Amino acid sequence: MKRSKTMEFGVGLFMLAGIVGLVFLGLRVSGLSLSAPSETFRLEANFANIGGLKPRARVTMAGVTVGRVESIDLDTEWYDAKVTLRLDNDLEGQLSQDTTAAILTAGLLGEQYIGLSVGGDPAILEDGDTIRDTQSALVLEELIQQFVSNMASN
Amino acid sequence: MQSRFQQGVDQIARLGRKGCDVMEALGRAGLFLAQSAVGVPSREGWYLWLRQMHFVGVLSLAIVLVSGLFIGMVLALQGYTILVDFGAEQALGQMVALSLLRELAPVVAALLFAGRAGSALTAEIGLMKATEQLTSMEMIGVDPLRRVIAPRLWAGFVALPILTVGFGVVGIWGGYLVGVEWLGVFEGSYWSNMQASVSFVSDVGNGIIKSLVFAVVVTWIAVFQGYDLVPTSEGISRATTRTVVYSSLAVLGLDFVLTAVMFGGL
Repeated sequence: MKRSKTMEFGVGLFMLAGIVGLVFLGLRVSGLSLSAPSETFRLEANFANIGGLKPRARVTMAGVTVGRVESIDLDTEWYDAKVTLRLDNDLEGQLSQDTTAAILTAGLLGEQYIGLSVGGDPAILEDGDTIRDTQSALVLEELIQQFVSNMASN
Repeated sequence: MQSRFQQGVDQIARLGRKGCDVMEALGRAGLFLAQSAVGVPSREGWYLWLRQMHFVGVLSLAIVLVSGLFIGMVLALQGYTILVDFGAEQALGQMVALSLLRELAPVVAALLFAGRAGSALTAEIGLMKATEQLTSMEMIGVDPLRRVIAPRLWAGFVALPILTVGFGVVGIWGGYLVGVEWLGVFEGSYWSNMQASVSFVSDVGNGIIKSLVFAVVVTWIAVFQGYDLVPTSEGISRATTRTVVYSSLAVLGLDFVLTAVMFGGL
């Protein structure tokens, strides 16, 4: 059979393009990073109400993304939400024991994320520790209810 | 009275015969797939596969990529006009990427593939059968299933997932062109919203699994219709039409089932 170099080259290029496309979908579109997953550490935080927080939501500090929400479970001991955070290794041993975690909203109707702010306690949070000082999500209905009942009592 | 009764019986018998024919054709098609897809490819067989890859893959690239570009662009345009009413045009990247990767890339690429490559496969194999090339191969001791059918099947199985990936990439780029460059969505939020919501395993991975299933179904229908047709010029044209109709219906129907299993929480 007659062999054609250009055809072989074309098919090779085609398959290469498929692999490059897959890498693009992985890195650029799904946001996978090449760094090893071990370069993070874990913290837990209990919230009375997480509102619309979802796994993979951002965890920020001063607006800078420093990690992601790994999982959200119901704590059946206290009946509140146990949120597991995965933070960049740079922060391990840097966060004080009285760090606060608050569930914030990007824009009026945007996605919800967690904002951390550092306290001044000399004791620091280690891998697996729990953040004590938390602030729940603002639920719009509750706010409106408060506002209406205030109006009524006035 | 007797003749009317007889007619009724004939009707029912015809229905039964039709059912038997359908079942027999399904069985033949299954056996055909099993017989031709297995078998160790020789060095020569590998080269036959390469030629088919060039025909069904490389030469389909142009139509698939151009369609992907336009579909991505129109998604961004339509999505923008809807999302801007809610002040949520930052979510455009997420919308374009998810709808492309989960649904449009596998389905539209498979439909285009059925029209561009599937019909050609049917016509080619059908003409081989009509001119008795397949019978002559058997006469000289070459198995037409391995020589003619297997390379075409395997080329289709490999080519369509690659085309689907290309479709998705170009579509997302088209969405970027319209959304960011033209309509002025902030570039950072286009990509970051996309990255925050698209998961590699459950969105990209499931899309590729879908396209693998479609590749098997479309190529199988195309090749079997060519192999099984009535060897006349009318038979070839009928079989080519059937290839496109059956594979389009199978792709759309299977897409619903697969979506229900993958994303519907079944």
